[in-house]
Amino acid sequence: MTPLISIRDLSVAFNGVPVLRGVDLALQKGEALGLVGESGSGKSVTWLAALGLLPRNARVSGSVRLDGREILGAPAAELDRIRGGRVAMIFQDPASALNPVLTIRRQLCESLALHRDLSGGTVKAEARRLLDLVGIPDAARRLEAYPHEFSGGQVQRIMIAMALAGNPDLLIADEPTTALDATIQAQILELLSTIRHEMGMAMVLISHDLGVVAENCDRVAVMYAGRIVEEAPANQLFADPVHPYAQGLIGALPPLDGPRRRLTAIPGTVPDPASMPDGCAFAPRCALAEAPCGRAAPTLAPIAADRAVACVRAEASRRALLGMAAE
Amino acid sequence: MGRYFAVRIGRAALTIVLVVTFAFVVLRLSGDPALMILGPEAPPEVLAAFRKAWGLDDPIWFQYLDYFGAIAKGELGRSMRDGRPAIELVLERIPATLALTLPAFAFKVALGIPAGIYAALHRGSGIDRAVMMTAVAGFTVPSFVLALLLVLVFAVQLGWLPSGGQDSWRHAILPIVTLSLGGAAVLARFTRSAMLEVLGQPYIRTASAKGVPWRKVVTSHALPNAAIPTVTILGFMVGTLIAGAVVVESVFSWPGVGRLLVVAVANRDLAVVQCILLLVAMTMVTSNLIVDFLYGFLDPRLRAKGAHA
Amino acid sequence: MSRPLVDVSAISRSYSMRSGMFGRSAAVHAVDGVSLTIRKGETLGLVGESGSGKSTTGRIVLGLEPPDQGEVRFDGKPMATPGTTAWRAQRAHMQMIFQDPLGALDRRLPVAAQIREPLDIHGLGTPLEREERVRELLRAVELTPAHGARYPGALSGGQRQRVVLARALATKPDFLVCDEPVSALDVSIQAQVVNLLADLQAQLALTLLFISHDLRVVRQISNVVAVMYLGRIVEIGCADDLFARPEHPYTQALVSASPAPGRRSAGRIVLAGDPPNPAARPQGCAFHPRCPRAIARCGSEVPALSNVGGDRQVACHLVTGPQVETRDAA
Repeated sequence: MTPLISIRDLSVAFNGVPVLRGVDLALQKGEALGLVGESGSGKSVTWLAALGLLPRNARVSGSVRLDGREILGAPAAELDRIRGGRVAMIFQDPASALNPVLTIRRQLCESLALHRDLSGGTVKAEARRLLDLVGIPDAARRLEAYPHEFSGGQVQRIMIAMALAGNPDLLIADEPTTALDATIQAQILELLSTIRHEMGMAMVLISHDLGVVAENCDRVAVMYAGRIVEEAPANQLFADPVHPYAQGLIGALPPLDGPRRRLTAIPGTVPDPASMPDGCAFAPRCALAEAPCGRAAPTLAPIAADRAVACVRAEASRRALLGMAAE
Repeated sequence: MGRYFAVRIGRAALTIVLVVTFAFVVLRLSGDPALMILGPEAPPEVLAAFRKAWGLDDPIWFQYLDYFGAIAKGELGRSMRDGRPAIELVLERIPATLALTLPAFAFKVALGIPAGIYAALHRGSGIDRAVMMTAVAGFTVPSFVLALLLVLVFAVQLGWLPSGGQDSWRHAILPIVTLSLGGAAVLARFTRSAMLEVLGQPYIRTASAKGVPWRKVVTSHALPNAAIPTVTILGFMVGTLIAGAVVVESVFSWPGVGRLLVVAVANRDLAVVQCILLLVAMTMVTSNLIVDFLYGFLDPRLRAKGAHA
Repeated sequence: MSRPLVDVSAISRSYSMRSGMFGRSAAVHAVDGVSLTIRKGETLGLVGESGSGKSTTGRIVLGLEPPDQGEVRFDGKPMATPGTTAWRAQRAHMQMIFQDPLGALDRRLPVAAQIREPLDIHGLGTPLEREERVRELLRAVELTPAHGARYPGALSGGQRQRVVLARALATKPDFLVCDEPVSALDVSIQAQVVNLLADLQAQLALTLLFISHDLRVVRQISNVVAVMYLGRIVEIGCADDLFARPEHPYTQALVSASPAPGRRSAGRIVLAGDPPNPAARPQGCAFHPRCPRAIARCGSEVPALSNVGGDRQVACHLVTGPQVETRDAA
């Protein structure tokens, strides 16, 4: 079966500095994929590059196929039809994600006019229906309001309504709840999950929060320094992470129940993209690193039917983890 | 909203009073009009008679109250040189000044704003750099230097245009060009940075991610936002329509309000100087009020604040 | 049991906020009758969402702003009047670190000079001793003298927060207020700083007030945790016990909203409504409009923070009402 979207060897460099260094990802219809990693790992850049949303100084190479059709470097008119139509995006900062001088109606109807064949009166009715759908009370009146008249959580709901306007097959949610309070985050995540199931929409959830991704996705890809280092079904990744970085991320997360343990912090910091180490980018921070790690960057290789990891020490790493569990 | 403007109008009135007071005090402290107009050789009794006739021998606070009393009655005083009402002298010069400043304003807008937008949209390109270099040159070169340069090239060397006077439309070309270039440069720089600021905002990316074609992203999302800071500069430029050409009028011997001001200051022709300053303060303040109003119109966030206030 | 180092009794603080430029000003109760005690060498965690008043509480406890009502006692003595010599002496024993280390540091000075600054201000030691103390502090936060020579811009976020921590420790304070100290950091770096803070606390017998919206981090570092909602403490208790067995419906929702790997979102309590607005505080229990279990009484009567057994205190009619007593009796 052709995947909904498949990314092959996607690379991005800004002014000669590589920030994305060969990403491979595929997503089936209706699937929810989580993308985790720390700031600068390339989670957002992957999707901005795939949709041609990066500034002009970015050099993008590789291949992005939507339903088997290459869209990387496609003509602007075709990309405009895809963006918001087939693939919609929502972003982190609700306060500045909407145009402050235009009413919600203008911004919502703009999306509808671009991607749906609706006539004058029905456009507004549809806009109202979308606001209702995402749980904005008193939709008819609120359509005439401006973004600053809504709270952060409500703006994120409106962003979701705008994303749904084109009936997309894929929603890219880039840190959609990072700027929101815990109880509001729970509301937005629940809304996303409901809508996704109702509309059979695929979703990519980009987050630095492992918990958010684990709870809301079927499959998770872990990114580090512009590459995917591990990919696995969500439950397996968190129960049995193989890549030392994935293990480190999970160990660094303080538990909310059970006995307290000292956090297993990953030493050092993320490498500077302008001076990447040779070989595995994680090797300088890795407790298991050996000589071969510094020679060549490991490729993402399958270790089970639905799992892949980019680590030459994967076996040792797995044993170390099992050993830890046995103790 | 009414209250928002009531406060602004009150503040504007206060500004005018302060400007007029300042001018009143400074003019009286910086020289004796009797000496300036009658000359240093005039006999003392003539000087004394002149001072008495114009009330210059009264205490300054008395003169001040007298002056404001007159303004309240709509009288702006008479010229000490020829006794004509100051307002008449000023009003008859205004058309000449507007003949320069209005076309110049139009050129500034027509040149500066598109250049700024273009430069922002093609940031880092050759054209952007060219526009910005011209703009920097345009507002670092003082207008009298530019004026003299233009005279040197187009009047003296090439002989295409007259170097001064007001006899035909051709006489207006060099003054208008001088006035336009500096303003256009300021506008271009300002528009460019306002545009760049807006283009970097997340809502621009949101619009692109919605599938809005780039041309429409620029016209319907970026421009309305970039207009907000640009309006400030435009308002300031409207404020200088009456008295913004002092230097240029002097260089090109253009008989406008600016020339009148220079002559009146030199002669300590108090009523005329004060009348001009009052007029200038009023245009400045009015244009500021218009800007405030436009802000409310362009930016719903401010409108809401006004409505609740 | 050690005695309390910090004793906060019934502090309140309200601001007047105007809507628009000439709107009527309304009192916003940022903090409303908060009482806390922090024992020597222990950590009190303060959690809550934006607008809960947790940062204001931190500033009042540190004497950065005065309470309108109530009192803060430090080591048994009331806080000295700001600006006096006594106040400066007292302030040397308490320090604060914030979320944004770059904002707290001067970009134009090498970080070692900034760590040294409090020593100069309080006149501690000879110049040579100060040099030595700076090296010692850098070591304590696991940085090298080479890091000390750098400017803040040349350090990573985690390293900057270590510098801020070193500077806060320069005067050998007894008490440290940490306001969201790791919220801006990536998970792996966050773990480094949390571990470091825990180590330093043990070594130096520091007392901490740790303010954060992140329940996990708060639990990791705190002995006692207080949950704030709209300026009041709604629940307070021993950290492990509080998160394992939250009693207040708000705490329950917060714990349930905290996503966990290996758990699906089914069964989560999702609160309706917007985050609370301190300028429009509901009558009665401030949480009742969003509370899934609110009863009529919640809308009219403010619940008092009362003991419910052990060291747990809860401000909720449903928990402290008569039905609870019968349950306890049974």
